[in-house]
Amino acid sequence: MEAIAIAIILGCCALGAGICMGIGAVGPGIGEGHAVANACEAIGRQPEAKGSVTSTMIMGCAISETTGIYALVIAILLIFVAPITMVNTLKNTLGL
Amino acid sequence: MSERKTQERDMHFRLVDMGYLAMIILPLLAAILLQIFTELPTGGEGLSITGARVFAEIPMPLMPLLITEAMVNSWLIIITIVGVCLYLTHGLTVKGGGIRQIAAEWVVTKVDGIIRDNMEPVFHAGYAPFIMTILAISACSSLMSLVGLFPPTADVNIIAGWSILVFALITKNKLKAGIGSYAKGFLEPIPVMLPMNILSEVATPVSMTFRHFGNVLSGTVIAALVAWALAGLSNLVLGWLPGFLGDIPFLQVGIPAILSVYFDIFSGCIQAYIFAMLTMLNISGAYPGDDVLAERAARKQRKAKLAQ
Repeated sequence: MEAIAIAIILGCCALGAGICMGIGAVGPGIGEGHAVANACEAIGRQPEAKGSVTSTMIMGCAISETTGIYALVIAILLIFVAPITMVNTLKNTLGL
Repeated sequence: MSERKTQERDMHFRLVDMGYLAMIILPLLAAILLQIFTELPTGGEGLSITGARVFAEIPMPLMPLLITEAMVNSWLIIITIVGVCLYLTHGLTVKGGGIRQIAAEWVVTKVDGIIRDNMEPVFHAGYAPFIMTILAISACSSLMSLVGLFPPTADVNIIAGWSILVFALITKNKLKAGIGSYAKGFLEPIPVMLPMNILSEVATPVSMTFRHFGNVLSGTVIAALVAWALAGLSNLVLGWLPGFLGDIPFLQVGIPAILSVYFDIFSGCIQAYIFAMLTMLNISGAYPGDDVLAERAARKQRKAKLAQ
């Protein structure tokens, strides 16, 4: 019984981490692609502004990456931290 | 007589220089030695990603104060940065001295330029040291992992400390307009937005913390995963070699270094720059504006006149 419960916890943690990372990576990917595409266009139109366009683009990319990084932090917590605490909680509630 | 004096002064200058150089190098050596002597034996196969090691626990009323590896490493980094500053500014001359003075002047000019570009004019004079401190300590902490040490930026508590400092500065600048208008700012545009406004106020330091922490952490995790996978692969491919030759993970040589160039050098420096940039923009955005402050001062003066 407890073995099944623990197995469900571990499986759901792994599944949750995968789903979290997979969906969370879509938004920043689209956003950064958009930013880089527009930066390329801007450089093509105005090659002398390459330096400032590039630095602004890197800055913007790093900021739009934030949501993806949040997803990564959650995924890592789900894999390395959550199973232990959840299994401990389960054992405490069952009084083992 | 005068020649001997010059010689003595020269000697003294050199000695102080040596002291500063020792101040730069010794903390790093101490960190490496500490790492070697306190490293726990890793338990065989399998991948484990752990946080900073705890060196000591100091009992405190609410909860024990932990002295962790991240804290000790960041103290050592602070000593190194102070040493670099003292070394670069030792023996400044008006005429323009050697490479040291040129380097120091270049750093100061660059930081002044960044601040002039991104902050309100009122902040130009006082904020350069603070921004440069954030930039230097963040970049150096991330670069620490190049020599195999635990980077303090991979511990969320260290970065949360910096973010709380930035949050205090933001609030201080917002309070310049007076407590009344600061509290009124939470009720705009309509009073229903109060919880949302409080949330967005708190979200600034939290998002700064997790952006920096998540980037460094992702580098650490991916480097650990790749090293683990390469060890398994080389065991699989070269395991038939006789004796201890089969145990040496040959594939681990070189390949992680390429990853380290991206995750440690590029990502670390970019994140330091972004943290400093956001600090500047947030502090500058919190400034109520010259006209608001002038209006407030005028109102105060009027009130004082009425009281007389």
